[in-house]
Amino acid sequence: MIYRETGQFKSTYENDHSIFPLIQDKIAFNILMLIAFLFVPLVIDSYWEKAILIPFLIYSMAAIGLNILTGYCGQVSLGTGGFMAVGAFATYKLMTIFPELNIMIIVLLSGVITALVGIVFGLPSLRIKGFYLAVATLASQFFLIWLFNKVPWFYNYSDTGQITVSERTMFGIAVTGANAPSYATYLFCLILVVGLGFAAKNMIRSKIGRSWMAIRDMDIAAEIIGVSPLKTKLSAFAISSFYIGIAGSLYFAVYLGALEVTESFDIMAISFPVLFMIIIGGLGSMLGSFLGAAFIVLLPIFLKNVMVDLIGLSAVTAKHFEITTWGLLMVIFLIVEPHGLARLWSLAKEKLRKWPFPY
Amino acid sequence: MRLKKMIVGLLGSVIAIGGFLEVATADLKFPMLVYRTGAYAPNGIPNADGFVDYYKMINARDGGIGGEKIVFPECETGYKTQVGVECYEKHKDGAMVFQPMSTGITYQLIPKATADGVTVYSTGYGRTSAANGKVFKWIFNAPVTYWDGASIAVRHILKQNLGNIKGKKIALVYHNSAYGKEPIRTLETLAKKHGYELMLLPVDHPGQEQKATWLKIRKQRPNYVLMWGWGVMNQVAIKSAASIRFPMENFIGIWWSGSENDVLPAGSGAHGYKSLAFNAPGSNFQVHKDIKKYVHDKGEASGDGSHFGTVLYNRGLLQAMVQVEAATVAQKIHGTSKITPAMYRDGMENVNLSAERLAELGFKDFAPPFKNTCENHGGSGLAAVQQWDAKAKKWNMITEYMYGDREVVDKLIAEDSTKYAKEQKIAMRCN
Repeated sequence: MIYRETGQFKSTYENDHSIFPLIQDKIAFNILMLIAFLFVPLVIDSYWEKAILIPFLIYSMAAIGLNILTGYCGQVSLGTGGFMAVGAFATYKLMTIFPELNIMIIVLLSGVITALVGIVFGLPSLRIKGFYLAVATLASQFFLIWLFNKVPWFYNYSDTGQITVSERTMFGIAVTGANAPSYATYLFCLILVVGLGFAAKNMIRSKIGRSWMAIRDMDIAAEIIGVSPLKTKLSAFAISSFYIGIAGSLYFAVYLGALEVTESFDIMAISFPVLFMIIIGGLGSMLGSFLGAAFIVLLPIFLKNVMVDLIGLSAVTAKHFEITTWGLLMVIFLIVEPHGLARLWSLAKEKLRKWPFPY
Repeated sequence: MRLKKMIVGLLGSVIAIGGFLEVATADLKFPMLVYRTGAYAPNGIPNADGFVDYYKMINARDGGIGGEKIVFPECETGYKTQVGVECYEKHKDGAMVFQPMSTGITYQLIPKATADGVTVYSTGYGRTSAANGKVFKWIFNAPVTYWDGASIAVRHILKQNLGNIKGKKIALVYHNSAYGKEPIRTLETLAKKHGYELMLLPVDHPGQEQKATWLKIRKQRPNYVLMWGWGVMNQVAIKSAASIRFPMENFIGIWWSGSENDVLPAGSGAHGYKSLAFNAPGSNFQVHKDIKKYVHDKGEASGDGSHFGTVLYNRGLLQAMVQVEAATVAQKIHGTSKITPAMYRDGMENVNLSAERLAELGFKDFAPPFKNTCENHGGSGLAAVQQWDAKAKKWNMITEYMYGDREVVDKLIAEDSTKYAKEQKIAMRCN
């Protein structure tokens, strides 16, 4: 009754092409953005910042990146951890080489460097597909981690291989380092995620995105109608790596502040979880990237808090329950809706349209 | 719709939980970051049990510290840095001290805890140069550091070779992480000084895969193998060493690679394996009698109580005791039983565990005496070598507690901490 398109006429092409065709969607989204930008910074504390919102935003960014490559262009990648490490180490090196450079520029440059690395590791995709490509990207994961651990130049010859962020400011307010206020780090990540999220959404709706999807759906047919596999696949690798690199950069500079490559970018710590995010959230869906990140990052914390603080279980019992519940939920979701949470959401919207008089 | 409701419900309950956290307690809060799950659980469990039993005993026997009960919420990290951050953020309000039990999490918490004004006590692990109290105001790593450990191991080897190890080959099998890399620079410096050849053999997390490592050792036959391992890595290494018949008495682990759980799986093959130690094993100390009386006999033992008196359980007791002692000292200095985290730090900095004080606390001959000062947060720097007797299934101390090569270690600590101070723009204290 409330949620339907009746009476909303599109009189210009611009209107017809808008991201949210329904006025209700647009309003809901704007309210969400208002809350995210104006309300949350006022009430955020360091627990919400460091444990919930920042990881959620960073993993969303990584999931958007992988979704571009895997969900839209159909190239399976297990190298996310390696590419995030490139972003993190690029940030560290840029920060130490150019101490005066603005942090926003450093983060974006780290994305560009990761994009270049992504192109190099995307080259095999021109010859191999599917599971074989997954194995090739797995090699990039192991190679990059090994490289950052082995060559001391990357961590400035520190004794332990740890890299530590130093304080950087935007408009006089610290956004990295231990003294950065919660609202500043949160807004910094939010601006990047929202800005780049919109960029990704628009890329997907334009020529480049459509050629990715053509390659995904049937590469030979796409080639016949004039989509160049070389340009398309490599652009997907580059842009996907750009997003993942920025996620890695934020992961190091804003979220953790100090890290060690083998532990923080381990395949089980990053590559698989991010792949699960886009599968559970929905392959080839922007919303899916966010929902998947929320599911994988926030659900364990939520389960833990419920079990330890509300029910009063001991920490270790709660952990065992958390692992099993989380796995169980994952299986249930995949059986109930193999197309992911984003599909559930669109089904819900479909139902909402007919509410309260379904036929 | 269902999903929408779920999300709303989810957010709602998270907010509700956030609200619960605000309820501050008047007691002394000693949050515990533990790992009773994952690849490091075999070592994490006995250690955590030691902590819990000691806190319970203090609460039951003395009614807390100066009348203030100890609360010790556990937070399961699984040895993962990210989870460690979450745990820290959750429990930091009003917390006296954090014991991360992981070098990775310690590195993570050093800048955060310094900014928040929370004490971090990494007992014989973490960042070695944090021993320099001039730079690291909130971080303590007494009684002994990894660099001390490395030089004590070399000193032990020197003694066995009558002071000459020129041309000998020493291999370091290490966990390929910040933890395992800690001793490398010290060992390299010592290699130059004593003329031995150093072989570096990293083992990747979690440490189950060591075939290549031990194949190399079999081929190149180093005279001695040192190990910086933790969790399942220890068990696998000791088993592998036994299976290639490496002489066990030439295999020396750091204090984190020398517990019962590490050697028992190798059976009789582990006989003669050595490790460093900064506390005694066994359960004949006064503190054990008190724990037996006030905790175990009441059926309140942490876990299944089976780790009572093991190496890591006893280390947990020592760590917990220092943390409690710091609170006692802080109460004395500030003349109030209701201490704040800042007062607690003062207490930690003035801990003076003399032999008499240790005896008073029920730790007679349990560990060498040590004290913290403004400049020195690294304690005595004393450790001994213990050896495993596979027939009796017990660790025996085979040397006295000894110092490392202070000349080398102190220089390295000064270098590294000054570098850190410069990077982070920290002004030197204690002048």
